[in-house]
Amino acid sequence: MSEPVDPEEVRHVADLARVALNDEEATRFAEQFGDILAYFDALDEVPAVERDADLTNVMRADDTREGLSQEEALRNAPETVDGYFKGPRVS
Amino acid sequence: MTAQTTQARDLAVVIGLEVHVQLETATKLFCGCSTDTADSEPNTHTCPTCLGLPGALPVVNEAAVEAAVKVGKALDADIPEETRFHRKNYYYPDLPKNFQVTQYDEPICQDGSLEVAVADERRTIGIERAHLEEDPGSLKHEGGAIDRAEYTMVDYNRAGMPLMEIVTDPDFRSPTEVRAFLEKLEEVLEYLGVFDAERDGSLRIDANLSVVDAEEVAEDGTIPTDVLADANRTEVKNISSHKGAAKALSYEETRQKNAVRRGRAVEQETRHWDESRGITVSMRSKEEEKDYRYFAEADLPPMRVSGWKEEIAIPELPDARRERFREEYDLSAEEASKLTSTKQVADFYEALTDEFDAGFAASWVVDRLLGELNYRDRSVGSVDRAAFVRLLELVDSDDITVKNAEEVVLRAMLDDGSDPDAVVEAEGLGKTSGDAVEEAVEEAIADNPDAVEDYHDGEGGALNFLVGQVMQSTGGSAEPGAVNELLREKLDS
Amino acid sequence: MGDSEYNAFVTETTIEGADDGPLAGKTVAVKDNISTEGVRTTCGSAMLADYVPPYDATVVQRLKEAGATIVGKANMDEFGMGSTTETSAYGPTENPAAPGRVPGGSSGGSAAAVAGGLADLALGTDTGGSIRNPAAFCGVVGIKPTYGLVSRYGLVAYANSLEQVGPLAPTVEEAAALLDVVAGPDDHDATTRQEGADADYAAAADGDVEGMTVGVPTELVEGADEGVRETFEAALDDLRAQGVETVEVSLPSVETAVQAYYVIAMSEASSNLARYDGVRYGVSGGYEGDWNESFAEGREEGFGEEVKRRVLLGTYALSAGYHDKYYAKAQDARAWIQQDFDEAFAEADVLASPTMPVPPFEMGESLDDPLQLYLSDANTVPVNLANLPAISVPAGETDGLPVGMQFVGPAFGEHAIVRAASALE
Repeated sequence: MSEPVDPEEVRHVADLARVALNDEEATRFAEQFGDILAYFDALDEVPAVERDADLTNVMRADDTREGLSQEEALRNAPETVDGYFKGPRVS
Repeated sequence: MTAQTTQARDLAVVIGLEVHVQLETATKLFCGCSTDTADSEPNTHTCPTCLGLPGALPVVNEAAVEAAVKVGKALDADIPEETRFHRKNYYYPDLPKNFQVTQYDEPICQDGSLEVAVADERRTIGIERAHLEEDPGSLKHEGGAIDRAEYTMVDYNRAGMPLMEIVTDPDFRSPTEVRAFLEKLEEVLEYLGVFDAERDGSLRIDANLSVVDAEEVAEDGTIPTDVLADANRTEVKNISSHKGAAKALSYEETRQKNAVRRGRAVEQETRHWDESRGITVSMRSKEEEKDYRYFAEADLPPMRVSGWKEEIAIPELPDARRERFREEYDLSAEEASKLTSTKQVADFYEALTDEFDAGFAASWVVDRLLGELNYRDRSVGSVDRAAFVRLLELVDSDDITVKNAEEVVLRAMLDDGSDPDAVVEAEGLGKTSGDAVEEAVEEAIADNPDAVEDYHDGEGGALNFLVGQVMQSTGGSAEPGAVNELLREKLDS
Repeated sequence: MGDSEYNAFVTETTIEGADDGPLAGKTVAVKDNISTEGVRTTCGSAMLADYVPPYDATVVQRLKEAGATIVGKANMDEFGMGSTTETSAYGPTENPAAPGRVPGGSSGGSAAAVAGGLADLALGTDTGGSIRNPAAFCGVVGIKPTYGLVSRYGLVAYANSLEQVGPLAPTVEEAAALLDVVAGPDDHDATTRQEGADADYAAAADGDVEGMTVGVPTELVEGADEGVRETFEAALDDLRAQGVETVEVSLPSVETAVQAYYVIAMSEASSNLARYDGVRYGVSGGYEGDWNESFAEGREEGFGEEVKRRVLLGTYALSAGYHDKYYAKAQDARAWIQQDFDEAFAEADVLASPTMPVPPFEMGESLDDPLQLYLSDANTVPVNLANLPAISVPAGETDGLPVGMQFVGPAFGEHAIVRAASALE
């Protein structure tokens, strides 16, 4: 059993990832993350290895393709307004 | 530091830019949706890819990569051996995937420069990098104002438009230089055929501005890096034109200088340019921690396009064309500069040199056409080329006077789209034939014996008076020089 | 818990394909993270309970053109994150071959549908073993193709640099025939290759292994349960009897494969799953708070615990100050593994190991300790990190529980692994 990580650190990461954890989850994750991150520490010993990409320059011609109708685009949206997706406010 | 010394201190401004330009392609950066979205209903130019639907994948548009290589070439930048896309991770409702596909530590263009003329000085602005990225969608705020809206309305038509972000070194020493640079950059991009200034939102500018002690600025404009690093900067966002840039940055320069002179620190912050109020506003309360968690976009294989720099031709750029015009057409520096101000003007002019004497055509375009267009706030693209050619033919073959050609025919062409021949006909501007002029000259001599006498007495004004009489009786259609000559001939014989 | 037998399907449906084609008359189960136009595609998540794609994945188009009938969207661990199909928001799937045990995962519904006779064939997806693990646990055949052989267009991304769509079937030949249908380049997926354009992997299922060299990486055998190891050794004996030469090979880099796999998969997942914000699709967090609050509420509600765990750990691994320690080192580990495999294939045509080091877990057994569960992926994840093809084929039983044998081939060496596996049938 490793040291749990600081629950505040879990909260910080949850904020970055936009997940509203409840207290119980935050505590449990703090414990589990301690174990998992300690396990990941083995990566420190890995040698630096370079490898070239074997696939490059895959591109498409500048030709238009038919896309979705407005109705199809909006169909899965929880809410829409006048042809727009309804999103939360940004202030 | 006392208030007095602060007051007395001379301050210099340092500016760097991040310029976003939309590249002219038929389709978006990573999908086949059309970029022609002007006047479209919201969310009518989307597909699974640009809407960020689960499972959809990006495939890069070759034309956008080609355009980026052209820009790199024009900015004399390095195209690295290998370049690739990264994901920039952040959350915002206009981002379909809540990450933006952009370029991070392997941009397609690095270390370029652009030379700009400011007043009579030539300045070289360093280009740190230029990279490709996708545009987010656009937000409308229900109820109008961003800070009072209850929700946002999201349109993804713009999502995935191909953008190039051009990042300069902090090389600008005044808002005027910024404006000159932006004009020059637009001109170059238009020359390359990769940019359309008329397109809505095709140019967007973020600027970093700080003030430093003027003594720190060396003769050649350089400033020690530690001085730059120590100076608190503001990032000014939401600038969308050269004029706006000059205004916003002048405002910000004054604001920062005033703060420093009053002994206050400049806050390091993001400020929003409010065009309608003409001020910058602090966005500090809206700022969040920046941790973009960049990592390579595995769905898009790396690109190896450094060789394209040789393969892809770019048109002659404004500076080179200006020099060529001066030499090839024997033009003055000012004429050459005006004739290459836009690719449109230069192409318009150069086509005329096939038919007309280069100097003659230059004087007509520079001295007359551009002036008339400028007065009407129009571009050369709105000129009926065939009509203009006909007008020059009429002048060139001496059929009408220069004065009438400019003041009557050209203006009628521009204002009413009139046909030059029709104007000449309707206004009776056809140059009066030799016989008619001779008749008028004889008449003037017969009708004004006093003036004839004065002429013989050596009074210089008498001849001018007689010329005026002839011009009046011919309705201005006679050539003053010819009248002058004929009068002397008759009087002296 | 759903209504379908073994709870193999999240959604039962009938999508008819073309009248003729190589799969005419065949029924196929399609994992529920593969987009089907007009039929909901949940990824085993409450987040996408109502999500109906407006387009078909390329592999679904190819199934239809080949004449297959799609009979259901197969249950799975939420977004592919699990090895038991117990993290599905639609309840766990049962193992038809081992009652009371998990079917493996994350493609547990696909494997159960084939093992239970609910479909002739199935498509699964494999990010770190998600086809091979359930194939082994349910006693069927499963193929994880070389990265780039099969289009991912329409496959809902979990870890996009690692995953491939692949077939599950009762026999090697049937699995290979399904791979023939879905393989090949797709101009909607820039990571696909020309390979597979005229695939005939089914023809390689001829059992003719005379003269083949099979490498056995000691690191992938040592850690296995005794019963699993005995079954594996017996299968090797069987191969040797058919003219195969076996050689020991070493893959020292696999020591950090599980760590590298989880760091990369979680990091990519944190970004791939960022799009579920409830604006375009998914669970909305409402309009009370600002966008940060709204997104966080919707994601708290729509995602299950394992998904949150991986998204948070992936965010952590990419965040400022940790990127170089975790993400960058995991990329090094990945390149190191690729190099090790290159060397091993200089000595052998294919490599063999037990697919899973353990027999199927009892249901509920593994839920409390995520790290222990991650460790059971030790034999499958190196293959994804190295972009290689691998097949799991039934090798026998231990205590009445199925044991799978894994053959790994060089890049685009699908013929070799199909041939080797067919010799065990």
